[in-house]
Amino acid sequence: MAFAVLDHPLSPVTSPERLSHLRRLEAESIHILREVAAEFGRPVMLYSIGKDSSVMLRLAQKAFFPGPLPFPLLHIDTGFKFEEMLSFRDEMARSVGAELLVWRNEPAIAAGTNPIALDTKRCCGLLKTTALLDALAHYGFNAAFGGARRDEEKARAKERIYSFRDRAGQWDPKNQRPELWNLYNARLHPGESIRVFPLSNWTEMDVWQYIHEENIPIVDLYFARDRPMYLRGDALLPVEQAFVARSGSDGKPEQPTMVRSRLRSLGCSPCTGAIRSDADTLPKIIAELLSFRTSERANRAIDHDQEGSMELKKREGYF
Amino acid sequence: MALTHDNDLIQLQIDQPPADTNKTAANGAPAGEPETWNSTVPAFNPLFDHTPEPEPLAVSPDLVAELADPAFEIEAFLAAERSKDLLRFSTAGSVDDGKSTLIGRLLYDTRSVYEDQVRSIEGKGSAGAGVLDLALLTDGLRAEREQGITIDVAYRYVSTARRKFIIADTPGHEQYTRNMATGASTADVAIVLVDARKGVLSQSRRHAWITALLGVRHVLIAVNKMDLVGFDQAVFDRIVSDFTAFFGSIDFGDEVGTGNTELRFVPVSALAGDNVARVSDNLPWYNGPTLLELLETIPVSVAELAQPFRLAVQRVVRPDQHFRGFAGQIASGTIRVGDPVLVLPSGRTSRVASLVTFDGNLSEAAAPLSITLTLEEETDISRGDLLSSVGEPATVTNQFTASLVWMDQQSLDPSRRYLLKHTARTIQARVSRVEHALGIDLATQATDTLALNGIALVEIETVLPLAVDTYASNRTTGSFILIDSETNATAAAGMIRSFSALPRTPQASDGPVTAAERAHRWGHPGAILNLRAPATLINAVERALFDRGVFLLRADPSIAPTLAAQGAVALTAEPADSQDFHATIADLSTAGTLTETSLSDAAASVLALLRQFEQAASEQTKGSAL
Repeated sequence: MAFAVLDHPLSPVTSPERLSHLRRLEAESIHILREVAAEFGRPVMLYSIGKDSSVMLRLAQKAFFPGPLPFPLLHIDTGFKFEEMLSFRDEMARSVGAELLVWRNEPAIAAGTNPIALDTKRCCGLLKTTALLDALAHYGFNAAFGGARRDEEKARAKERIYSFRDRAGQWDPKNQRPELWNLYNARLHPGESIRVFPLSNWTEMDVWQYIHEENIPIVDLYFARDRPMYLRGDALLPVEQAFVARSGSDGKPEQPTMVRSRLRSLGCSPCTGAIRSDADTLPKIIAELLSFRTSERANRAIDHDQEGSMELKKREGYF
Repeated sequence: MALTHDNDLIQLQIDQPPADTNKTAANGAPAGEPETWNSTVPAFNPLFDHTPEPEPLAVSPDLVAELADPAFEIEAFLAAERSKDLLRFSTAGSVDDGKSTLIGRLLYDTRSVYEDQVRSIEGKGSAGAGVLDLALLTDGLRAEREQGITIDVAYRYVSTARRKFIIADTPGHEQYTRNMATGASTADVAIVLVDARKGVLSQSRRHAWITALLGVRHVLIAVNKMDLVGFDQAVFDRIVSDFTAFFGSIDFGDEVGTGNTELRFVPVSALAGDNVARVSDNLPWYNGPTLLELLETIPVSVAELAQPFRLAVQRVVRPDQHFRGFAGQIASGTIRVGDPVLVLPSGRTSRVASLVTFDGNLSEAAAPLSITLTLEEETDISRGDLLSSVGEPATVTNQFTASLVWMDQQSLDPSRRYLLKHTARTIQARVSRVEHALGIDLATQATDTLALNGIALVEIETVLPLAVDTYASNRTTGSFILIDSETNATAAAGMIRSFSALPRTPQASDGPVTAAERAHRWGHPGAILNLRAPATLINAVERALFDRGVFLLRADPSIAPTLAAQGAVALTAEPADSQDFHATIADLSTAGTLTETSLSDAAASVLALLRQFEQAASEQTKGSAL
């Protein structure tokens, strides 16, 4: 047996070097974005403002250049996002020229839903999952892009790029459509939908390197700054929502402390812990990432509320 | 906890606390129970003050040294990362061959898992006290943890100093053949596990067979559990010769067979880590590279560059009147500005005017880049057309022989039409003949159907012609999936083995009259209308359509594409005894039961279909003007 084709010498004129891993991932993601835009009547891009969304948005710009995005952006606003995130979101949509839709579960927000009043599980259920399903139904979207990556969590590692959802928006991990080559089965019955994950094969490191290489704007919260934080044990809780502050034994409200810190992933402010860090540039963030010994989602309370909790949330319709 | 240095990696041993101690974790988890797996208390929640700081567990000393080195330059690191390439590999092995353990070992020894992930599996699983059950790192779904087996494809990501890897960890049960095929479909390299104690079982043969069937060029046979056979070289050698003999005898019904595939053998112990990521002292007779070294150094296929140019048009990009581009991913080969291209299946030619990307125009582009290209002549191209090298074009055909892996609970029904998706094109097709199927023992057997996880060589007929290559020469233009048009399930994966070319179909644009003029004259676009119903119903529907002014001609399926391409509605009739009435236009379909009194309804529904088709066609032509 021989490497008949593989050892074929590369002629510099006809065969450029193999593409780097980032260019390969980029090419794959663009292919996915274009397939969905071509095959679904009502696609939408879930835009969460985080670093993964920022990369996904850039990839969409690349996929449809020189045309505009052929779908709107949708942000599920729980009411607990950082103010900086919201202004960044509006600015990004404007600069990209994309239509931005914002959906909030207003009845639940008005009823005072928060992770302290309820538990994190029910809070997420109402403000994220229910809101998302309502928004998709309201606009009649049948395909929704999300920025999730398979390296984030074990249940996600098994999810397809085209993640099929039944009429209730639910995922059935035991009955996923086989996905071969780059041939995606886009057939739906009325009322069914898919979630599409163009960044499935990217790792956290890939995302940061791509942001660095492409100069993609990201929310400043990712960079280390002196920020007021409530200190809870070793944890740093950003000062953002009034209800998070506690009153001490003397009846006075809890006082924040200035800490050089940053956020490793962006979520709702009451449930996203900051980390102590001096990383105020992208190379420093990447160097810090190399030295991390815990995965990024360890700082996200919602993944730990029960065993296999991401899988359960996904079955219920969570992204 | 004890740390011992061994072969440049810190070997991990976890001392389990005795079960009767009353020590509890910081978050109140019971003794020995990692925080993250406590069902009631979150591991880290600023709201609740839970901040377990993981103890250092698996730390690769080279990274620690690298980061601590004052000379460590992040910019230099980033520059090195920039040129790293990407290797995709899949794994196949039987349930007990230790496949998940091997992947877990690779992740663990390449520092690709974080401490909290390691902590979450401490004390779990079946590896015994004090030993990490590394399989738990990869077995993600609840059902799998409960059953202790891998039931679906899990994707993993590993990065070493030399390469980045995407791992498709696929199950080994015979009933999960479809998942194994899924994992192998995109792999450059496949690892097939063989249990050293058991030798080359029929399951191992089947795994290797499927891997080669899916066109994986490099197959690494990891002979696992060498520790359980006393690291005996004779055992290893016997497996090498058994396997090589078997592999050479594989036949896929084409001339290539496994001729493009390279085999390599490595003796390993995944549980202890011998020869996975570090050289083992237990195998002094083995002088070859470790499994990881092999993965890092195998020359990844540049076949996609050496093959002739192919690009399937995914979308027509038309932001304004002045720009009309064709967007797609280059499946193979290289394209330059000024190169002639052949548009298939129509057969027209044009020249590349520009290669457009967000990052600026290119003078040349190669696979697998996703690009948008414009052509010099204004051409009628839509989604699903294949842009091909003129000198070495793809073949246009509506009939080919293919290997089929059946993936659906519902068995193949040769009398039914399926949707066939090939590159960016979805059309109707039928499996006209099952030549032979493959038994569990890999012997061929005559059959006329195919059940879940079955593999067969079949004959396929498509309603419209496709531009194809053999799978052996091009993985993208030689592959397809079949979709059940009623359940929408992905029914099968197909690999084209051989075909006979179809004569070129005359196009509407060959003469002076344009397609638009014809459509305007007759009030509808060209289409192939397939009716399956009792003859009397077909006659009545034809009459009703004619009366409504449709330019309708009866045609044999072989001539129908020619008529449709020039604007006529080509009626291909299939008289049937059943009262079910099936009307199909291109890739749109409808079905129902008809009675004599609703003939006019039938004609109306056919016309509605035509209008739907017209709309779809005009949307495709307009492209992405959204």
